[in-house]
Amino acid sequence: MRSKFDEQLKSLNEEMIRMSSMIENAIKEAIEALLKQDVTKARQIMENDDYIDQEQKRIENICFQLLIQQQPVAKDLRNITAAMKMVTDMERIGDHAADISELTVVLSDVPYQVKIDNIKDMAKESIDMLKQAVTAYVDSDMKMAREVIEHDDVVDELFCKVKSDLIDVMQNNTAYEEHAADLLMVNKYLERIGDHATNIAEWVIFSLDDKGIKKS
Amino acid sequence: MSDTILDINKDNKEENVKLEVNNLNLFYGQFQALHNISMNIKANKITALIGPSGCGKSTFLKTLNRMNDLEENVSINGELKLDNTDIYKEMDALELRKRVGMVFQQPNPFPKTIYDNVAYGPRINGIKKKAQLDEIVERSLRQAAIWDELKDRLHKSALGLSGGQQQRLCIARTLAVEPEVVLMDEPTSALDPISTSKIEELANELKKKYTIVIVTHNMQQALRVADDTAFFLLGELIEFRDTKKLFSYPMDKRTEDYITGRFG
Repeated sequence: MRSKFDEQLKSLNEEMIRMSSMIENAIKEAIEALLKQDVTKARQIMENDDYIDQEQKRIENICFQLLIQQQPVAKDLRNITAAMKMVTDMERIGDHAADISELTVVLSDVPYQVKIDNIKDMAKESIDMLKQAVTAYVDSDMKMAREVIEHDDVVDELFCKVKSDLIDVMQNNTAYEEHAADLLMVNKYLERIGDHATNIAEWVIFSLDDKGIKKS
Repeated sequence: MSDTILDINKDNKEENVKLEVNNLNLFYGQFQALHNISMNIKANKITALIGPSGCGKSTFLKTLNRMNDLEENVSINGELKLDNTDIYKEMDALELRKRVGMVFQQPNPFPKTIYDNVAYGPRINGIKKKAQLDEIVERSLRQAAIWDELKDRLHKSALGLSGGQQQRLCIARTLAVEPEVVLMDEPTSALDPISTSKIEELANELKKKYTIVIVTHNMQQALRVADDTAFFLLGELIEFRDTKKLFSYPMDKRTEDYITGRFG
C-alpha cells in the first residue's frame, strides 16, 4: 500500500550509509596523512570535502521530497527529521577531516617531537562511534545508539590525556610550541567528531522513541 | 501520562466538557456499529474524528444530534450528555438540533435565495421581523466569512454559487439559529484547495464561539485544524488525544499503522 514510500525510505538509508562511509574514510585518511606527514594526501582530503557536501545536499533533497510527497507523520516523520539533522553533523565531521588535513600541511615541515599514539587512538574511537551511530540508525537499534553516547566519555578522557601531554611539551620545548598548539587543535577536532557522533546517536534515539507505544 | 489509552480517552474531565459520552453502543438491527464509546468533547475546541471508511465515525457524529433517530432499526444505549443533560433521555430532538447544528459533505443549499436560506431556521423558530432577520442574515454570513462576497446578491438563488461558497452558505445557515455545537461531516471533501482552506480558517475562527466536531478523511486537515483527534476503527474508539500528540507519538499500534498509511 505504501510501497513507493518504503522504497524512498530505503534509498534514504542507502544514501546515509554512503555518506557515513565517505566521512569515515575521510577521517581515516586524514589521520594517516597526519601520521605520515603526507602533504599530497592531506590536500586530496581537503579537495574531497566538496563531495561530502554534495552528498549532504543529495540527502537533504531526498528528505524534502519525502516531506512534500508523503506528508509523513509519527515514526516516519521522526525518521526523516532525524536524517536531516544527522547529515548536518556528518557534514561537520567531514569538515573536521579537512581541518585536520590543513594542519597536516602546516605540521609537515619538522618531524613530530611528541608521541602521537594517543591521537591515533582517539581517531579510532571517534570513527567507531560514528560507524556505530549510523548503523544504529540504519538498523533502528536503540541499544547501540545509547552505547555510542556512553562511549563519548572514552574520547573525552583521551582528549584530556593528549592535551596534558601537549602542555608538557609546550612548557619543556618552547621551540616546538607552535606545532604543539596545532596538534592540540587536531586533538580538539577529534574530540568534536566524537561529539557529532553523539549527536547522531541522540537523533537515532529521537527517531526510534515511540514514547511507550502499546504494541497489540 | 496516563497508564492506558482508555484513561487518556476520558482524562480531560477537568477541562470544560461540552459533550460527554459514556459507554455508547449503537446497533443497526443486529449489527453493532459502535462499541462502548466513551469520550469527552471539550467546549470551544475542534475535535476531529478520523478512521477508515465504515469505522463508525460518521455514525458517531450523527448520534451527537440524534440524526440516527430518523433511521429505522437503529437502537442506542449508553449515555450522551450535552452540558450534563442526557440528549436521548432528557431532551427533545428538535431542541437538541437547535443547539447542535450540522454541516454535510455535499453543500446542500435550499433552492431559494441566499437570504432565505440563512433566514430559514430563524423563521421556523418564529422570528418574523424583517429588521431582525436582516441582522441575523448579515451576522451569520459574516461569521461564515462570506458576507463580502454575497452582500450584493442576497436575493439571488443560492444554487448559482460555487461549491465553496455554497458550503460556507450552509455553515451560515447552521449558525443562523445560534447553535452551541457545530458538527461537520467531511465538509471539504467536495471542495477545491482554496475553498478548503477558507473553511478550515473559518472553523478556526468559529471555535471561539462554538464547539466543533469534524469528520475528515484528510489527516493533514485534522492536523491543521483539530485540537483533539479521535481515531475510530471497526466501531471502536481506539485513541483520543491532543492532535499533535496523536500524530507524533501515537500510543496504539493500530493508530500508528493507520496514520502512516499502512492500512485504510
